[in-house]
Amino acid sequence: MVEVQSISKSYGLKAVVDDVSVNIQKGKITSFIGPNGAGKSTLLSIISRLMSADTGEVLIDGQKVNETKSRDLAKKMAILKQANHLSLRLSVRDLVAFGRFPYSQGKLTKEDHVFIDEALRYMELEDLQDRYLDQLSGGQKQRAFIAMTIAQDTEYILLDEPLNNLDMKHSVQIMKVLRRLADELGKTVLIVIHDINFASVYSDYIVALKDGKVEAQGTVNEIITTLTLKQVYGMDMSIQEINNQKICVYFS
Amino acid sequence: MKKRYLVILLVLLSFASLFVGVTNISPLDLFRFSDHQTQIFWQSRVPRLVSILIAGVTLSISGFIMQQLSRNKFVSPTTAGTMDSARFGILVALIVFTSAGPLEKMVIAFIFSLAGTFLFMKVLDRIKMKDPIFIPLVGLMFGNIISSITTFFAYKHDLIQNMSAWLQGDFSMITAGRYEMLYISVPLVVIAYFFADRFTIAGMGEDFAKNLGLNYKQAVNVGLIIVALSTTLVVLTVGLIPFLGLVVPNIVSIYRGDNLKNSLFDTALLGAVFILFCDILGRIIIFPYEIPIGLTVGVIGSGIFIYLLMRRRDYA
Repeated sequence: MVEVQSISKSYGLKAVVDDVSVNIQKGKITSFIGPNGAGKSTLLSIISRLMSADTGEVLIDGQKVNETKSRDLAKKMAILKQANHLSLRLSVRDLVAFGRFPYSQGKLTKEDHVFIDEALRYMELEDLQDRYLDQLSGGQKQRAFIAMTIAQDTEYILLDEPLNNLDMKHSVQIMKVLRRLADELGKTVLIVIHDINFASVYSDYIVALKDGKVEAQGTVNEIITTLTLKQVYGMDMSIQEINNQKICVYFS
Repeated sequence: MKKRYLVILLVLLSFASLFVGVTNISPLDLFRFSDHQTQIFWQSRVPRLVSILIAGVTLSISGFIMQQLSRNKFVSPTTAGTMDSARFGILVALIVFTSAGPLEKMVIAFIFSLAGTFLFMKVLDRIKMKDPIFIPLVGLMFGNIISSITTFFAYKHDLIQNMSAWLQGDFSMITAGRYEMLYISVPLVVIAYFFADRFTIAGMGEDFAKNLGLNYKQAVNVGLIIVALSTTLVVLTVGLIPFLGLVVPNIVSIYRGDNLKNSLFDTALLGAVFILFCDILGRIIIFPYEIPIGLTVGVIGSGIFIYLLMRRRDYA
């Protein structure tokens, strides 16, 4: 379990994350939603130790994140930030292989190659594995990065806007993979996501942030309501139930 | 495939290098050298070849490491002020520590080139506009500022002529006893190999490195120390060799990618072949005189550099 205990972070006078406390359940997908500038990405960065908080603690399975060795944490938690504008020419396989770095420190063993092959298969990248990243489309590239985090074989996978710049087909594909990661492999997935319908359909829990504070948190059914979403986004949405899934219609 | 051709080419060029020069030594004489020939061969030709190979290998690898760490294809010891800083260090050693031996000179020059490179990397962190062309321009300006400070003090202390010896890379001065310092960079190449993965990961950004549990700062520091030390050694023994660390890694990157571990051997090989070719060319063109290596590499290298800039859109 990830326990976020009253985390705050400010830049200058502006509090970006303001006294946030959240518990994240194991083996589930938790989505962080909220308007621009709500502090979602910052919170994810703090949870994953990429940033340090001004006050508060993050505990992963009872261990304080900022007191755990970075190398050990890399075997427990993988974080993929948005905007991976990589300038390096790497093959897909090489990129995925770097996911094994926390274990191999550069010397890949047979076991590592098994994990790499599996991750490639999981993301359906076997045919593309020898291509360079700069020869791939946005969706393929994103899949390659997610394959790397899968190869990292961590219990916790944190993704910052994984659907950014992807079309619907690829977005659905990636969300389905995340679903499988949670359901089949029991991984705990945390994502920052903008499209509330993707959040509604594919996640188990939702944390809604606004102005650095938690506005609401709970199961999908608890959060995807006209009232709560009005509080978070400040706009009226009608919620339709289609095939037992809650779809927000926010075009007014 | 390509590697095999490079190896063959390297052997051929190395062989040629041993037998090109004012004193006529032909491969046929190999087993019946006159005293004079033996002396030339072991005192001049072999040291020259060895120093060319080491300089070519280390400068190319340094360039590759710098391009990864700075995340910019056009940063190299030439375009980041490393070479100019090393030369400034040599001047300081000449002025302040007049009786400094070669080793002391090396240490001082190393400290300067390391400081210069760090300073450039710090500037790089501050620059908001990460335009691939803008960064090396800043580096070139930075290098020129340091270079002009060097010239100023050299002028004041009547050391201009001394300093110009280090301005232009030149292998003709290499004889036994004057190049052995270069051997220090051999273990650096070995270290670079063991750190190759770390450099590549660091090249993907600090967040990326942190996610994989890599000590980012340590990787960057090790990389910059390797770059600064091997550049210093080359500048001190041979002189400035521009563009080598820029052109070679870029060519290798095109056909082998940027995974340093995969590309290291190719980079070393191509670097050695390239500089060896330029050196032999410089020795032949106005035979029996010589064009210094700094000039031949500079002309050919800058030509390739322009070409790379033009085709940048296609791949970078």
